Amino acid sequence: MSLSRWLVAGLPIVGFIGLALVLMSGIGKDPSILPSMLIGKQAPEFELPLLYEPEQIVSKQDLLGQQYFINVWGSWCPTCQYEHPFIEQMSNEMNLTVVGLNWKDTRDEATRWLKQFGNPYETILFDDIGTTGIDFGVAAAPETFLISADGTVLAKYAGQLTPEVFDTTFADMLTP
Amino acid sequence: MIPELGQLALILALLLAGMQCVLPLIGAVTGNMTWVRVGRPTAYASGLFVLLGFIALTISFVQQDFSVVYVATNSNSLLPLHYRFTAVWGGHEGSLLLWTLVLSMWTVAVALFSRNLPEIFLGRVMAVMGLISIGFLSFMLFTSNPFQRHLPGLPEGNDLNPLLQDIGMIVHPPLLYMGYVGLAVAFAFAVAALMEGRMDSRWVKWSRPWTNLAWAFLTIGITLGSWWAYYELGWGGWWFWDPVENGSFMPWLAATALIHSQAVTEKRGAFKNWTILLSLSAFSLSLLGTFLVRSGVITSVHAFASDPERGIFILAFLGVISGGSLALFAIRSAKLNSGGTFTLASRETLLLSNNLIFSVTTVMVLLGTLFPLIAEAFNWGKVSLGPPYFGFMFFIMMIPAIALMPLGPFSHWKQDNARRWFDNSIWIMLLTLVGAAAIYAAMMSFSPELIVWTSDDFLGKAWQFLKPWLGMVGALWVMLMTLKWTIDYVRKARARNAPLSRGLLGMATAHFGVGVFLIGVTMVISSSTEKDIRMADGESFDVKGYLFTFVGTDRYQGPNYLADRGHFEITYDGDYVSSLYPEKRSYLSGGDIMTEAAVDAGAFRDLFVSLGEPLTDDRDVWSVRIYHKPFIRWIWLGGLIIMLGGILAATDRRYLSRRTEETSKTVPERAVT
Repeated sequence: MSLSRWLVAGLPIVGFIGLALVLMSGIGKDPSILPSMLIGKQAPEFELPLLYEPEQIVSKQDLLGQQYFINVWGSWCPTCQYEHPFIEQMSNEMNLTVVGLNWKDTRDEATRWLKQFGNPYETILFDDIGTTGIDFGVAAAPETFLISADGTVLAKYAGQLTPEVFDTTFADMLTP
Repeated sequence: MIPELGQLALILALLLAGMQCVLPLIGAVTGNMTWVRVGRPTAYASGLFVLLGFIALTISFVQQDFSVVYVATNSNSLLPLHYRFTAVWGGHEGSLLLWTLVLSMWTVAVALFSRNLPEIFLGRVMAVMGLISIGFLSFMLFTSNPFQRHLPGLPEGNDLNPLLQDIGMIVHPPLLYMGYVGLAVAFAFAVAALMEGRMDSRWVKWSRPWTNLAWAFLTIGITLGSWWAYYELGWGGWWFWDPVENGSFMPWLAATALIHSQAVTEKRGAFKNWTILLSLSAFSLSLLGTFLVRSGVITSVHAFASDPERGIFILAFLGVISGGSLALFAIRSAKLNSGGTFTLASRETLLLSNNLIFSVTTVMVLLGTLFPLIAEAFNWGKVSLGPPYFGFMFFIMMIPAIALMPLGPFSHWKQDNARRWFDNSIWIMLLTLVGAAAIYAAMMSFSPELIVWTSDDFLGKAWQFLKPWLGMVGALWVMLMTLKWTIDYVRKARARNAPLSRGLLGMATAHFGVGVFLIGVTMVISSSTEKDIRMADGESFDVKGYLFTFVGTDRYQGPNYLADRGHFEITYDGDYVSSLYPEKRSYLSGGDIMTEAAVDAGAFRDLFVSLGEPLTDDRDVWSVRIYHKPFIRWIWLGGLIIMLGGILAATDRRYLSRRTEETSKTVPERAVT
């Protein structure tokens, strides 16, 4: 075969392989993970009322001293319902501290939801306007943050929390 | 019950697609004609079951069965009935089901209308279509099942993405998919020809109407998407070079090259390599577009799902389909002869330049779209190429395309002379230059603010001054030349009492549509006015002579949202023009905020108002966006005309003949495209 024949036969397939390699390199790099600028930095300050006791205000300082998760959820969010059994497992079986951030919700619906599905949360902050959510860069519920004892954001995951996600995103950073 | 039936239907469809794929191929190898013939009935049956699956999902939406995860994620008890139908394709799983349904429809159509093809060839076409169908059905069943249950059922759904709660979204995805998936037909024909080892011009003739039709659908799908983005995203732009838009634009570019290349191969037997490669790559780019949207490797306003498992599946599928077909091409390419010869000044040369221009443009759009990935793979950091890259590149590439396009129909096959082209076009060329200058001057005197210098240096100013004129020259050149050609053609056909060819008229229509499109683009780019201002109740603002008075806002409750509705009265010279009511909607489930722009559309200008944010607590002062967009409708009108051209060409009588044609004769040069 002449050179030009080889080129006609070979170039398309070589180009395709190059393209496939580039695409392959992109798989798994979930773009929704990347934009959190908070990781490694101090968590944003917040002062929020509790869901069950509206008169009591809890700030970031009140939660310092132990490692804890913040789980952003709402009664309106089906995915929160899917991940709910795992959140219960985290708090009951794995003995982790999970703080709920009830986001863009109403007290009535949130408490009804918890009555129906159970309450795994140590504390539930009530953020009906969503301002703390904005400070944390929450785009959509559910999102989960791991905060260290000194208030640093260690890791974040946007989307449904599953055992696999937990192992890859959070497990390494847990303090015993 | 219904979801389980839907699930069962999809599994049966998959099994039937398996038979549709495997049996005809075995039959073709062993010479067992009964097996070869199995392709058609299994395609019908598989298509029927996909349709049943689709109906089952639709019923689940209409009945609001929130125990189906997909329904719960994309619907809500407050969602109005008509959006429950469109919600079927509002998310990832349902989009795939729609994709598969459209594929089945094309397969059934090919099976119905291609009875005159040789049986073995049709069997192979069915097999390839079946393979694609297998890929999508198993992708759906194994990674993205629309019928997955969540038991106990959820009390309430998450609601359909508010961006998609819109009339444009009812029609845009199905039409776009008709185009995307329709390219599978051209692909299947090319692969069948490669398998057979008989890559003459015969299969190209069979493939042409399908390709034209798919291309027409793709054109209108993209046009509708552009229109939707214009009024629904609230930005007032019509094209953003967003990865998902590029995902549909790349197959269009490749298919544009393909329909031109097919003409050469069918008529002259040349460019066989091109035609096969373009057939393979146009559909591969469709798959790539699906991959980009569905794998989440590139972020975009349109990307709904991102899941590595799905990405790997699509990539593997892409490997089988594109890699496999390209490997087959590599093996067979030794058998390809180069076909008819031609001289430098000939229609072949012009069409070859079309192939080159559109292929290179496709590759450049591809590189630009994938650049963030490439940069990341080479550790150049997170960068992406924005509209400046695409805009500049596209502009440069389209100059020769526009310049040469109208010459194509005038030229002769095989051998022509440039002198004749010159004689044929010189008067039009002069008319174009003068006419464009006249229109430009008239525009300047009509609205002197047309040129607001955005650049200080001389070159920048000169460029800004020249660009609208150049655009106008291009548009007039294409339109006038196409008109002249059409008049000549009709006159000659009348004189010979010959019937008019729809293929040629369709070509002329589409070319004329390009001119209309160009006018729209030129005007929008050169003389749009965009103002972002702060307006209090009762204030007025003047844009290009139109006086926008902000009467105020009120609040109202829609079926599933709360809205702030602004009220604007527009007058021109004191005469009432229209009242516009832009809205800011807050959807009750999920709290998404949507901007619904209000548009007073007109043939020569759009007035566009969208409501920004309230600037005071009393909500009586708002940030407001007011646009005056001249001729923007012409952009979509151009797209519409181009589509009509494609459909017209696809219905050419030559393709409708029921006779089995073994060979395509080399047609004398007058009666050809």
